[in-house]
Amino acid sequence: MISPLHESTLLSIGPVPVSGSMLTSVGITLVLGIGSLIIGRSFRPEPGKLQAILEVIVTTILEQIEEVTRKDGRPYLPLIGTLFLFLLVANSLPLVPGLLPPTERLETVMALGLVVFVSVYFFGIRRHGLWQYLKHFFQPTPLLFPIHVLSELTRTFSLMMRLFGNIMSHGLILGVIVSVAGLLVPIPIILFGLLTGVVQAYIFTILATVYIAAAVEDHPKSQGHDSKESVRP
Amino acid sequence: MSVQVVSIIGAVIAVSFGALGPAMAEGRAIQAAMEAIARQPEAGPTISRSLFVGLAMIEAMAIYCLVVALVLLFANPFVK
Repeated sequence: MISPLHESTLLSIGPVPVSGSMLTSVGITLVLGIGSLIIGRSFRPEPGKLQAILEVIVTTILEQIEEVTRKDGRPYLPLIGTLFLFLLVANSLPLVPGLLPPTERLETVMALGLVVFVSVYFFGIRRHGLWQYLKHFFQPTPLLFPIHVLSELTRTFSLMMRLFGNIMSHGLILGVIVSVAGLLVPIPIILFGLLTGVVQAYIFTILATVYIAAAVEDHPKSQGHDSKESVRP
Repeated sequence: MSVQVVSIIGAVIAVSFGALGPAMAEGRAIQAAMEAIARQPEAGPTISRSLFVGLAMIEAMAIYCLVVALVLLFANPFVK
């Protein structure tokens, strides 16, 4: 049995080994990037079909971000939107025969998790300044500093392992079912996998948004007051 | 018993008991969310988004158990 933790090398360019998941993720990036570039070039005040679809996607993502962060979502739209669209395409990639989702390999999800980890610090420091942001590690008492560090690390780890575990285990289950019953039986499982992929893309994106929203929050202490005020009619 | 057999038993126990707790917890979370949506349908989008985030947090426990099982099966440090 091939280990799901091991990545085989397809070819190597000089000293750099290139794997299948790397090829597919670069392919997705190119297709999405060039596609949006082509559509973006021909933006008009009266939208055509493609532009209308793109506008609906972008405004929906923007509304979701603004509901979570409760402030202007446009600074976070490029990162969050790209993450969501990339994950959506990557997780539904097995619909194309012969292609595997790049997110079922540890390297891809590790890169995505690191992007979220770094961007949380980036947005937090840009919002509050370096010193003010690092001070929240010592709130409410400096004794909690190790707990804060641990929670920052484990939440990134679980973010990454959640995506990896769901997508990879679906591939494993599909393999087991195909080896037991060949024809027609795997089709509902494939459909279920499509649903899992979309839900996982959504969860990864919304969790990244929640982490960034927690980093750029104005007054972390007055969170209780905010929720009370929002309940009031 | 050899190390391999113990690892396989350990992986099975990790996944089975690791799925038990999160399954019950997710059931309770969904039950509470459904009741809340039935009582206040206009708060549905907010509740379901919080539900998704909470379910993802609960699910992390099961994922950790899956990781332990995978390490035992495929990257066991005690098997040469």
